[in-house]
Amino acid sequence: MMRADICVAAIADCFRGETDILCNPIGISPIIGGRLAKATFSPDVVMTDAVSVLATNPLPLNDPDAERTVESYVPYRTIFDIVWSGRRHVMMGATQIDQYGNQNIAAIGDYKKPKAQLLGLRGSPGNLINHRTSYWVPKHSQRSFVSEVDIVSGPGYDRMRALGQPGNRFHDVHRVVSNLGVFDFETPENRMRIRSIHPGVEMSEVIENTSFDLVIPTEVDQTRVPNEEELRIMEIIDPTGMRYQEVPE
Amino acid sequence: MADKVITEEDFISELESGMTIGVGGWGSRRKPMSLVRAIIRSGVTDLTIVSYGGPEIGILSATKQLKKAVYGFVSLDSIPLEPHFRVARQSGTIEAVEFDEGAFYLGLLAASHRVPFYPTRAGLGSDMLAMNSELRTIVSPYPEPGGGEGETLVAIPAFDIDLSIIHMNRADAGGNGQFLGPDLYFDDLFAMAAKRTFMSCEKVIPTENFLNEGSVHTLKIPRIFVDGVIEAPMGAHFTECLPDYSRDEAFQKMYAATAADKELWDIFNEKYLQAGSHEEYLAAVNSWEQGL
Repeated sequence: MMRADICVAAIADCFRGETDILCNPIGISPIIGGRLAKATFSPDVVMTDAVSVLATNPLPLNDPDAERTVESYVPYRTIFDIVWSGRRHVMMGATQIDQYGNQNIAAIGDYKKPKAQLLGLRGSPGNLINHRTSYWVPKHSQRSFVSEVDIVSGPGYDRMRALGQPGNRFHDVHRVVSNLGVFDFETPENRMRIRSIHPGVEMSEVIENTSFDLVIPTEVDQTRVPNEEELRIMEIIDPTGMRYQEVPE
Repeated sequence: MADKVITEEDFISELESGMTIGVGGWGSRRKPMSLVRAIIRSGVTDLTIVSYGGPEIGILSATKQLKKAVYGFVSLDSIPLEPHFRVARQSGTIEAVEFDEGAFYLGLLAASHRVPFYPTRAGLGSDMLAMNSELRTIVSPYPEPGGGEGETLVAIPAFDIDLSIIHMNRADAGGNGQFLGPDLYFDDLFAMAAKRTFMSCEKVIPTENFLNEGSVHTLKIPRIFVDGVIEAPMGAHFTECLPDYSRDEAFQKMYAATAADKELWDIFNEKYLQAGSHEEYLAAVNSWEQGL
């Protein structure tokens, strides 16, 4: 079993139980995982073709000519309207993430004259304050799982505690999936907790590659492996194996 | 119906240094690139660009005409971060005013509706407010449904845009615009938000022919918001302008490489940006393609 396939199934599981929402994963493995969830256990979510329509069938990655069954039209303006309505679960990347789930995709260094300009805030501020968000970090290391992010593009639980009610009521950082494991914030202080570790990964590897103290439950589960049917669907969505480049063995 | 068709030279005569210019499109999609090059040729400086940013922000920072960029992001889509914009940010040569992507839409909407701001939750808790010291919050005058006190929201200010440029697939001489691709983006708001709007198009057609190519739903730019129409076939090149053409990825890649190499930039600038007209630009692109 390839690690990339396990990651995709773990990403899909982030969307388990979702019904009438826009499932909006961004990035290679997240899109494969989101489309897998929709094709299997979460058929009621809607998903875009990454351009402007909602398609009901599982589309292959980066194939503009793929046949699609269109169920609705969602230009960018409508996407923002959906963000503000709350009927959305986004999965984004994070160049840096900290123990409370603060995300940075904006820049490294000082914002005014950054050492490295990254993507920018993009839609993170609006996403986090309006609806459920999960993260995908394909390279779990002390550089990505940091004690403090340089810039907060997507606010985490400590920032939301400081903001207080009612402003923080829609904030919900659901899961973080990395190439090493699955994490959540279901702890008294909403600090990041190990939810499961991928098969073949040692606990020490997770700890050594994280700059902050993770909450470690007494019994740590192993991330499940995808079944035959899921692997078959992954092949349809990602026939060229882009997921294996994102998560090498 | 007045005839609003003008030349690029007429458009250039509308430009002044220090202007705030809104640019339609999204990333590297349906950008009014022929008009961006007209801005470069005009030599105006100290510009503020307001856009869902693509190559216009990178190019105008590389030509040193850009003072300030107000944006939701700056991307070439297939190249996630605009490379000249990256250089400008990391060397601190432009002022950057960054908004959450959705919040940016509200700045356009507020300007379009002539209200000073629109409220949103986007930005609360993130560093968006710290990054932009001019941003203010506002307390709702209405109680919460449960009876609690009013919620604090971010007030996204109306963008003060002197002049907007947008590119449409079709237009008529009166200034009505038609998009035939997958998304209008926010071009109608750019047209409404600005004091004056200039619209390039792939083709000027008779009004009665609009419905030959698209339904009434594609007629999203009414002429009351348009001051001049410039016909520019391939006017969005190298960005995409579906269904007329897709992005010229090879050319975009070549452009992107000029951010890391001064010599390549000088050649690119000379050959493509300083071309005397849109026609000369297309001829230069054509000869580059022959050489591939």
